[in-house]
Amino acid sequence: MRDRKIEAIAVGGSAGAFEVVRAIISRLGGELRMPIIVVLHLPARASGTIHETLQWTSQVPLVLSDDKQPFTAGNVYFAPPGYHLLIESSRSAALSIDEPVMYSRPSIDVLFQSASDVYGPNLLGILLSGASADGAEGLQSIQLAGGTTVAQNPDTCESSLMTRSALNLMTPDMVLSPAEIASLVSDLACAQ
Amino acid sequence: MREPLEETEIRLLLDAIYSRYHYDFRNYAIASLKRRLEQALSRFECRSVSALQDKVLHDQETFPLLLEYLTVQVSELFRDPEFFGALRTDVVPLLATYPSMKIWVAGCSTGEEAYSYAILLEEEGLLDRSLIYATDINDESLQRARSGIFALDRMKQFTLNHRESGGKGSLSDYYHAAHDHAVMDARLRSRITFADHSLATDSAFAEVQLVSCRNVLIYFDRELQDRALGLFHDSLCHRGFLCLGTKEAIRFSNHSHQFTDFRAKERIFRKVL
Repeated sequence: MRDRKIEAIAVGGSAGAFEVVRAIISRLGGELRMPIIVVLHLPARASGTIHETLQWTSQVPLVLSDDKQPFTAGNVYFAPPGYHLLIESSRSAALSIDEPVMYSRPSIDVLFQSASDVYGPNLLGILLSGASADGAEGLQSIQLAGGTTVAQNPDTCESSLMTRSALNLMTPDMVLSPAEIASLVSDLACAQ
Repeated sequence: MREPLEETEIRLLLDAIYSRYHYDFRNYAIASLKRRLEQALSRFECRSVSALQDKVLHDQETFPLLLEYLTVQVSELFRDPEFFGALRTDVVPLLATYPSMKIWVAGCSTGEEAYSYAILLEEEGLLDRSLIYATDINDESLQRARSGIFALDRMKQFTLNHRESGGKGSLSDYYHAAHDHAVMDARLRSRITFADHSLATDSAFAEVQLVSCRNVLIYFDRELQDRALGLFHDSLCHRGFLCLGTKEAIRFSNHSHQFTDFRAKERIFRKVL
């Protein structure tokens, strides 16, 4: 993995993932080397303000993605409520209101699959706690495209269905605890 | 870097559709298009986009069906109630100062947005001097929009939306229920002109006070978004209003200097130049 340059990190989670994302974000500081793009399943009203809710624990800018917004190093991007978040080859956001996937919009599969198309082997995908199978196929797509994959250890998940679904499909490069995931992301993303 | 095979195939398919059927999807956002085509591939039992292209060119019945996959169908009456609330409190009083007004709902799909405008204008006492142009590229959708018929089980959500948007009366004042569907009031329908129009290939056709194009531009690439925003700019009167989807932005386009925020959160803009 060390010899593959990571150009973007995609993170997905549902029930129980909010605290893990908070832990990841609170470890970040300085100028991030790559964009971090997050899909969390949350009630619509909560997800519309998630970037504001988490901003006080974060030293890096948290952004709710607009359509066509370029993904640039330094920021953490969140999918807006009610929209799928996809990535165009120009490395900018493409939103869609197509049908929910496994009752979810935004869907983690949709983000992971389009991110793997664009970033290929230079993508790190992280799948967290959740009570849905959304994200499992997406994590597999990232692996098939040559990217690096991480699943949260099911024993540490509040709801383990999401990561167990992934583990049934594929063998991620790493299975880690929330603390280990937070260290990994900060090691990769933070300049010194 | 070499273009991925699937993107090459998609580009060829879109060229073929344009040459053969004169529908221009060549500047649609590839990421979303790709997902929809993947669904179409399993529906039409094609193993590749090239195979689908073959089918579309040689089998006349395939294209109208494929069109359903390529154009957007999802909408609701009073989708995003906060948006319609802002429209009612902040925009309508300004529209009311015009002796007569025209509104263009671009990419109207099956008509939900156009009927929402008609109901809102009726509630504000402005419908009699308003005309709504509602346009789309999909004839099938336009037919359904013209009929003003929606499944009855959708009305529950629509009623909640309408109430949350600050609706004055009851939504049921504007339709009658028949069997399992709701038929919109003929009075509303009489103020809406549904017409075929493509944001990719057609030009501006009227001067309007307000353009509403919500969650349509997300399916376009930057170039086509620029074209559409240019059409809206050409169509709008001085200080006219442009309403976009709640996550659609003008600031990444070439037209950003021609519009100013009016209600930033609800994505209501005003033409300034």
